[in-house]
Amino acid sequence: MKVTSDSRAKLTLPTDEQILIERDFDAPKHLVYQAYTTPELVKRWWHANRGEVTLVEIDLRVGGRWRYAMVTPDGTEVAFHGEYREIVPNERLVSTELYEGLPEGVSEDDAATVNTATFTEADGGTRLALLIETKSKVSRDAIIDSGMEDGLQDALDLLEQAAHSLH
Amino acid sequence: MARAPTTTDAFNAVAEPRRRAILDALADGERPVNDLVELLGLAQPQVSKHLRVLRQVGAVEVRDKGRQRLYRLNGRALKPIHDWVSGYERLWSDRFDQLDVVLEDLKAKEQGDEGDQ
Repeated sequence: MKVTSDSRAKLTLPTDEQILIERDFDAPKHLVYQAYTTPELVKRWWHANRGEVTLVEIDLRVGGRWRYAMVTPDGTEVAFHGEYREIVPNERLVSTELYEGLPEGVSEDDAATVNTATFTEADGGTRLALLIETKSKVSRDAIIDSGMEDGLQDALDLLEQAAHSLH
Repeated sequence: MARAPTTTDAFNAVAEPRRRAILDALADGERPVNDLVELLGLAQPQVSKHLRVLRQVGAVEVRDKGRQRLYRLNGRALKPIHDWVSGYERLWSDRFDQLDVVLEDLKAKEQGDEGDQ
């Protein structure tokens, strides 16, 4: 079946504890891997237009730590960190991830996820599959919920743009 | 009652790729099962099973017209699900759109380097 050629990331929920995000890129695997694992380059894409990336630390070896932080326009700082578990250059990267602003009463153990990024060749480009594995359905749903605020904010921004364009 | 746990969870019901394909197909309008079977290239019992799950969570509705059963989307039931999933999906879409820009630079740089040799 021919899939439409839009370049949106596709999100699916393979099990109650998993989130899978897939996206095709028009570039060879080694470049996608490079952009995914080089601090100066991560700084340029991880913000998702939602703020400014203030810190990207990547100690790319098994047991090495990573930490990303960004500041949103309203001054809120969000940060994540984790540890690399498995590294197969240009193929596969497994790491843990923990959000640093956990609400009270949520244990780090419950909130930590294991993220597996897989880089495969697809149609002359690269398919990146990012599998986020949580400890429970509750934490998975909380992660999805965190995106809902962004979604809402986007919708408000678009509404504002649309309103301006009418004047 | 069906015993599959997914049937009780609207989000999982909709996240299953085949069921998403059914919803996509129904987005163009009401269709009988046979249409869906043909469109998706699945066996009829499979399509019926997916439709049953989607009906249980209110994502599709059915009506009888003559001897045909016609299925259609229930947009109102789907909106919260769509909003819920699409926010996080959009976060990654936006990240990856920026990553495209980075990759264009890396490709140009790599080609430039080759040209120098």
